[in-house]
Amino acid sequence: MRLLTHNMLSSNIKGVANGFPLKIEVVKVVEKEVDFNIDFLKNMFHKVEWKALAEASTTMGYAELPEDVDAAMLDSDDFLHKFHHALLELHLEEGALVCPETGRKFPVNKGIPNMLLHEDEV
Amino acid sequence: MWYLCVFYHRLLDYRKPEVESLADLFSKDLTDLQCNGSLEWKFPKHHHPDSPFHFVNLPSEEIARSVANRSILVKGIFELWGEGSNFEELEESIKSCPDEKKLPYLTSDSTFKITVETFGKVISFEEQTERIRSLSYIPFKGRVNLKNPCHTFWLIETDDYDSNNGLPPIAGKRIFLGREIGTADRKLLPTYQLKSRTYLGPTAMDAEMAFLMANQAQARSGKLVYDPFVGTGSILVAAAHYGAVTMGADIDIRVVRDGRGPDCNVWSNFKQYGLPMPIGLLRADNNLPPWRSGLKEVFDAIICDPPYGVRAGGRKSGGRKLLKGVIGPYTVPDDKRTGHIPSTAPYSLVECVHDLLDLAAKMLVMGGRLVYFYPVLREDESIDTTFPEHPCFKLVAISEQLLSYRYSRVLLTMVKIGPYTEEIALAARIKHLEFKENHLKWLEEGNLHSAVFSPADNHLNGSGDTKITKDSKARYRGKYV
Repeated sequence: MRLLTHNMLSSNIKGVANGFPLKIEVVKVVEKEVDFNIDFLKNMFHKVEWKALAEASTTMGYAELPEDVDAAMLDSDDFLHKFHHALLELHLEEGALVCPETGRKFPVNKGIPNMLLHEDEV
Repeated sequence: MWYLCVFYHRLLDYRKPEVESLADLFSKDLTDLQCNGSLEWKFPKHHHPDSPFHFVNLPSEEIARSVANRSILVKGIFELWGEGSNFEELEESIKSCPDEKKLPYLTSDSTFKITVETFGKVISFEEQTERIRSLSYIPFKGRVNLKNPCHTFWLIETDDYDSNNGLPPIAGKRIFLGREIGTADRKLLPTYQLKSRTYLGPTAMDAEMAFLMANQAQARSGKLVYDPFVGTGSILVAAAHYGAVTMGADIDIRVVRDGRGPDCNVWSNFKQYGLPMPIGLLRADNNLPPWRSGLKEVFDAIICDPPYGVRAGGRKSGGRKLLKGVIGPYTVPDDKRTGHIPSTAPYSLVECVHDLLDLAAKMLVMGGRLVYFYPVLREDESIDTTFPEHPCFKLVAISEQLLSYRYSRVLLTMVKIGPYTEEIALAARIKHLEFKENHLKWLEEGNLHSAVFSPADNHLNGSGDTKITKDSKARYRGKYV
């Protein structure tokens, strides 16, 4: 699971008001190289919740992202590469996503988060 | 500018929408105009709409070439130099074609080639040579190069057959001579064909259809494409081929996570072709998508083949809980929560499509496209023409593919034209609860499987007898090709 996916997900258990961002429990992180695509990054920049991304990136062991950002930073090559690396190349292979409200764990195995709810959480 | 557009004679309903979608995609690059509109089309004299020959008005030669090169069903797009019902008329027509159109392509420093193409008949190599020689009235100055010519000219003819033999009824013979602008790259179809793909499921999308879907969705570099019923990833493979970043979800974790081993899973299907892997794969339920509440307008396109219960049925979460009255309120004991495998409930087609449209309305960017298959029961040769509607979307293409005597599927292309407002979101939530409350009722109403597979009554009683005595003459098969 890339951090782009993490940034889009929340806990949708019935009754949970604020299921975002999910906390990451790391068992194994791998780095997978992805082609650098400026258009895609610029496209995604405005859609990402930055704080959640920066925190998740730190949890995954990559603390290079700035705390605050603005669109002007998209002109910096250095920034784009860091953003690219955090968003697309850090990969949670084994671990879990934890609901911030209930503590329910959504397991991540072989890189696939299992977001399916139990019968009584629907 | 008008061009002669010659199609492959297959998937007839898909041909024009593909050209329109691609023309829209490439026009946006050059003009910033988001037309989404249809193109102007004309038929040659006396031709049937199913004929492979069409005239199409495209903004420029550059766009025509891009459209042809990326299309799957266009055999070629040509600049017409002449046409006629016989070779005398053709000669007349070519001679009257203005010189400023022809001479730049006939210069002595260029190379050329003439291709003879026929539709509905076969001609021998000698006849082909003879026809090429008969074009000597065109002042070709350049040298012939069959392997890598600067310019290719096509002499295309149809015959005036009267037994249709599976071909569309054409009233008269027509001959065209045109300069090639571009042709389709059908070589990618054998590369991606399903029989050589490692990981397949029962409903893996045929490669040709997957590419047509990706073209309807205008998948390209820098765009994010999502498939909520990803399965073995067969649709996303086509989108990734065109450079799109892909993401997929499925409710069946065995399919997305495990596959059939380390080198036989969704990832390996991308690796096999050297394509970039999906950026995200997850297990999620289309009925209760796990997206964060503020997230909207992220995907550029959503492409999918929803489960309609004929070959594979849809499932949604909440299994035992929805069976009220049969089993009491269902709770998972605390000590069994880890590793618990939740039961799922059947998911009716109506609810599935409702959820899909709601998801697409929220998650697509403005101008983004939703491309999906919708099943149709055919009764008396006519198809039910009401398709799902949504205030955020405009339906731009409807392409039918016949699957059996009583059942066909229609590829729908919808473009997002309106924002996802509070009212629309509220209406969708109310509908969602209604589906949940009346779970069993919707299941019965949306049951396509029994309608498709139950025996046809009219074949068993007397009135059906007339249908059994079929005439042995080959008939035009129309959409079956």
